[in-house]
Amino acid sequence: MKRTTLAAGGGLLFSSLPVSASAYAGANDTLNVAVVGCGGRGTGAANQALTADEGVKIVALADAFRDRLDDCYNTLNERWGETGRLDIPEERKFTGFDAYKHATELADVVILATPPGFRPLHFEEAVNQGKHIFMEKPVAVDAAGVRRVLAAGRIAKQKKLNVIVGLQRHYQQNYLEALNRVQNGEMGDITGGSVYWNSAGVWVRERQPDMTEMEYQMRNWYYFNWLCGDHILEQHIHNIDVANWFIGEYPETAQGMGGREVRTGKDHGQIFDHHFVEFTYPGGAVISSQCRHQPDTFSRVEEHLRGTYGTIELDQGGKALMKDRNGVLLYDHNSMNDPNPYQQEHDDLFAAIRNGNVIDDTENGAKATLSAIMGRLATYSGQVITWDQAINSQEDIVPDNLDWDVEPPVLPDENGNYPVPVPGVYQPV
Amino acid sequence: MSCGTSEPASTPESSNRDADTEQAILEENEFDADFIPYSENIPETSEAIELVPVAGGTFTMIDEDTGKRHEVAVDSFWIGKFEVTWDQYNLFAQGDLNELRQDFYKVMYDVDIEMEADAMSSPSLTDEVLDMLREADVPADVISKPSPAYSDMTSGMGTDGFPAISMTHYAAHMFTKWLTIKTGEFYRLPTEAEWEYACRAGSNDNYSAPSDSELENQAWHRGNSNRKYQLVESKEPNTLGIYNMLGNVTEWTLDQYKEDYIGELQGAPAQNPWFKPEELYPRTVRGGSWTESAEEASCLQRRGSQPNWKMNDPQLPKSLWWHTNAPFVGFRVVKPKDQPEDLEEMEEYWIEAMQDYF
Repeated sequence: MKRTTLAAGGGLLFSSLPVSASAYAGANDTLNVAVVGCGGRGTGAANQALTADEGVKIVALADAFRDRLDDCYNTLNERWGETGRLDIPEERKFTGFDAYKHATELADVVILATPPGFRPLHFEEAVNQGKHIFMEKPVAVDAAGVRRVLAAGRIAKQKKLNVIVGLQRHYQQNYLEALNRVQNGEMGDITGGSVYWNSAGVWVRERQPDMTEMEYQMRNWYYFNWLCGDHILEQHIHNIDVANWFIGEYPETAQGMGGREVRTGKDHGQIFDHHFVEFTYPGGAVISSQCRHQPDTFSRVEEHLRGTYGTIELDQGGKALMKDRNGVLLYDHNSMNDPNPYQQEHDDLFAAIRNGNVIDDTENGAKATLSAIMGRLATYSGQVITWDQAINSQEDIVPDNLDWDVEPPVLPDENGNYPVPVPGVYQPV
Repeated sequence: MSCGTSEPASTPESSNRDADTEQAILEENEFDADFIPYSENIPETSEAIELVPVAGGTFTMIDEDTGKRHEVAVDSFWIGKFEVTWDQYNLFAQGDLNELRQDFYKVMYDVDIEMEADAMSSPSLTDEVLDMLREADVPADVISKPSPAYSDMTSGMGTDGFPAISMTHYAAHMFTKWLTIKTGEFYRLPTEAEWEYACRAGSNDNYSAPSDSELENQAWHRGNSNRKYQLVESKEPNTLGIYNMLGNVTEWTLDQYKEDYIGELQGAPAQNPWFKPEELYPRTVRGGSWTESAEEASCLQRRGSQPNWKMNDPQLPKSLWWHTNAPFVGFRVVKPKDQPEDLEEMEEYWIEAMQDYF
């Protein structure tokens, strides 16, 4: 939004109307934003919201940990402190497991960027309170959570709430251009492909002597399924989502294999370090999905799709390379001047709020989440998992009423090791 | 620390190497038997940095756009015969932060830091360690190593023998500190002037862009690289025996990027010019790369880093270590022939970490 538009509002400039009453904000209203989950990503999303719309103010922060909240505040203050658009007095800094509720109450728009285990709870609350939502992927860690998000999403739709899910490839120019060409039939029908998130792995936060088990798991959340859902979900969801999106379907079955070979320490919790899944789609397309967290191995984060007439390679770096089946180049995307997809998500969100439009990513976000969970159920069990099995799974690994004195749902044995799923033994429920 | 010159190790024969060039280098340095190509082994690893001597001298730097010219003098230095590879970079990036810190404070400051592994593996030092360093009057934040990247930083192009890419200027600089600790020899990035001098390899008064055959023989660019970087030891070297300065990956230098570099030079000739970075952006990279056109494969090619080289970093502050959107940037190292006499002189070259809020 341009400053001239704001100035034209005259006396109404930045009047704070209760957005939730109508879910529609006029061009001149301040949009109060609360950040729920103040890690690097939540802080980054807050920065993008502030950049997207000059009427945005950050009015509340919520995090389980005070130190993370302070880091977020200090970082935002570095960038935005002099603009007057951070309005976060001490009484609007909320910590602990119920912090999200208080922060959400104060906002027109919430940014949900905690570890994904909390997302269904936080999303339900935001929808119930009638807030517009930016939420990071994945949107749940188990089927129970996916069902909750789908149900709350139906209410969000009735309330005409904007919901953007951080599957930012949907907001990235090379993907959109490629999709357009695929839908125009330039490479025929998609029959299969391979999607990859093979890398060295991510951060580990080691146990410190003074930590309770709950604090340790919350700090080192990547390695616990009730918080993270394993890397096939937390990261590889992006690539599986692209396959679904371009094929135009969700997988019918998944079968695969996986385990942990390299990342096997006590600080590596219970998740695998590699998964390889074959997803079969209703129209017959078959996608190989591979994700790996092992240093010094071949790394690639891309999506390669095959059609009846040609192939396409896509990646987040801006690649969209389409060839016909003889290898003749059909399209080579130049991403030099493409906008930042993370910024685009927020530009679109706030423009929609201002203009009274509705963007609703909930259903795809939930179903992309379920697709990756299906892959995890397949690699953990070694069985063929159908979509119906996955969506009806009774797995419900996130405890209710979480608090610092609640026992986490997974605990180490006497040697400090956590139970790791064993194919053939692990039973999907 | 000791900065004596190591014994020259054996130099692998290069089939591409011009025998006359080798002879010319030797003749030029006939009074200095130590100033010859050698191989710096990285202790406790199977990796070595191959180095080529570049005898100091004067040359005319040229601004292609404005036609401005300025005479510049550089001292003698060794420069990496190849771009730093992932094999080498990962020794640093995937190494143990605990050990690195202990070695660094021991070698540089003669301060022994022994503490629990837990405290040392944390990205930030504990109060206890900070107190210890403060007492010894040692700066606390002068050594660190890259955090794991969230995504794949090779763009799927392979690691074995390929150039390391996507690192920030700070990360490349920190690699040279790590190498200094490991080898006991002072390493740093080349200044822009040194880089260009080494690239031009004797065409000191004038420079003409590479001919078509020179391009084909020496440079990987967008037109011939099949959309990916290539082995650092590929194509032919320039007349000094240095590989892939024109192309493959564009290379970090030690300088803040000055649009009017020539115009800001002082002295006639300008002696070892260097614009020490005081801002995060832009900093200078030189030469072309696999993503750039053949015209950019030139010893005069220069550009500044930009915030959008981290476009796909969704966090704030953005990574100190990784440029998610610069798969075309790598670097090579320089070892000055005249090594710093003391720590203070070395510290002059150290560049501070700057948080990225862009």
